[in-house]
Amino acid sequence: MAAPTTPAPPERPRADIGTKTLRTDAWWRAPAISAFVLTAFVVYATIAVFYNKDYYYAPYISPFYSPCLVAGCHLAAQGYTHARVNVPHLTVLGYWWSISPAILILIFPLGYRLTCYYYRRTYYRSYWLSPPACAVAEPHKRYTGETRFPLILQNVHRYFFYAGLVLNAILTYDAVVAFRTHTGQWGHFGVGTAVLLINATLLWLYSLSCHSCRHIVGGRLKHFSRHPIRFKMWGVVSKLNTRHMQFAWSSLIWVALTDLYVRLVASGTIHGAWV
Amino acid sequence: MAYDLTLRIWRGDASGGGLVDYTVEAEDGEVVLDAVHHVQAQLAGDMAVRWNCKAGKCGSCSAEVNGRPRLMCLARLSTFSRGEPITITPLRTFPVIRDLVTDVSFNYRKAEMVPAFTPTAEQPTAPFRMAQVDVERSQEFRKCIECWLCQDTCHVIRDHDDNKEAFSGPRFFIRYAELDMHPNDALDRKKLVQEDRGLGLCNITKCCTEVCPEKIKITDNGIIPMKERVVDVKYDPVRLFRRRRGGDDV
Repeated sequence: MAAPTTPAPPERPRADIGTKTLRTDAWWRAPAISAFVLTAFVVYATIAVFYNKDYYYAPYISPFYSPCLVAGCHLAAQGYTHARVNVPHLTVLGYWWSISPAILILIFPLGYRLTCYYYRRTYYRSYWLSPPACAVAEPHKRYTGETRFPLILQNVHRYFFYAGLVLNAILTYDAVVAFRTHTGQWGHFGVGTAVLLINATLLWLYSLSCHSCRHIVGGRLKHFSRHPIRFKMWGVVSKLNTRHMQFAWSSLIWVALTDLYVRLVASGTIHGAWV
Repeated sequence: MAYDLTLRIWRGDASGGGLVDYTVEAEDGEVVLDAVHHVQAQLAGDMAVRWNCKAGKCGSCSAEVNGRPRLMCLARLSTFSRGEPITITPLRTFPVIRDLVTDVSFNYRKAEMVPAFTPTAEQPTAPFRMAQVDVERSQEFRKCIECWLCQDTCHVIRDHDDNKEAFSGPRFFIRYAELDMHPNDALDRKKLVQEDRGLGLCNITKCCTEVCPEKIKITDNGIIPMKERVVDVKYDPVRLFRRRRGGDDV
């Protein structure tokens, strides 16, 4: 290994500029908006998860509760005449799980988004102020980045990516079975069908534009020329990757809107319509 | 059309200094470096400023214009509000020598620490035969003009002098990435860049990419791919298992 050949000179002082930043633009606007939207989502998602009802109106199921892994989901649908059709559930955990089944599901998208390279940039800036914006001094005296626990766990991102693909497949299935009426007749299309379809599409785009996905499909290669198919796949993912930020925000907001729509229909606040 | 422009320039050296106002006549189409030259020619002949090509290719005239790290020769005056002063300060991350000139030798010491290109046994000497698709990938990183704006804006060392020893900085992370992606380079630098060059300190806030005058996607195409490669050799048990069994598909 090469070693430094020039010894570091004694550290001389920097220019004594005084103020923490001389930026004159509204550098605080972007981190403030990001913090507001992320906080709003976290608040909404927390309420939606612990509310633990009105998440199913056949054939629509909220993405927060799909797939349902506990038998209790079936009971949650009781009491609504229009939703007596069984809530689709896998009953992996049986009846003993008494709190919201959404918790079991949301661990994965939450972990995926928390370790996502784009969201990391966003919340480091908006919440940790590390830094709040470029060339704006951060308030912390010490900084160790992602070298120590817990932030070193950001390196597990790719495993959450794999889990996210499984959930995407399930939500795509949910969108396909939404081409039915609530009485189970196929070949119909409602507002909820469109909502679920857009939701699944945005989640796929967010996953496929992921930096880990880009690495896995071809980024780790040294010889693109020896792997022409993976090189092509890498090219497609690289194009999507340039839009990762847009997919991150749009999929986040839409998944909340999807839950809201299902919730409003399931609670009878609005009525689903099919053609 | 000429108009009066006020520049607020940091004057001083290691012992101290402050912002000084200068008003000069500026013309449409000029850049900040032109205005600084007017000040130097007409009002402050002893003002130190480093510059060379005036075309955004030499990377010499790096400074902070209204608080943002920029090349002065690419900062068009027409993009600033007329009537408001433009503040110009030296790069904050590096020790000041005088006025707008800083000591950027930190970067050259980090450059010396990069293990050089090490050809594979397959093609031990030049000329190296490479497919065009393999060449193109690292060409983006070769655009770097070493203006040090990315190093200057990186909060890891800008706000924490104590990290300078352990952190090479974004400019050198793309150098490590370039070598790691080179099909004819045999040396594995992944653990080195993570354990000794401070890649783990980077929290990918993308300021380096924002300030790069060459529009190199430093974070997306250099640092994050390097972080993912480090995961392959340090944190991903499946990849580690495959590597041990000789199944690395590079």
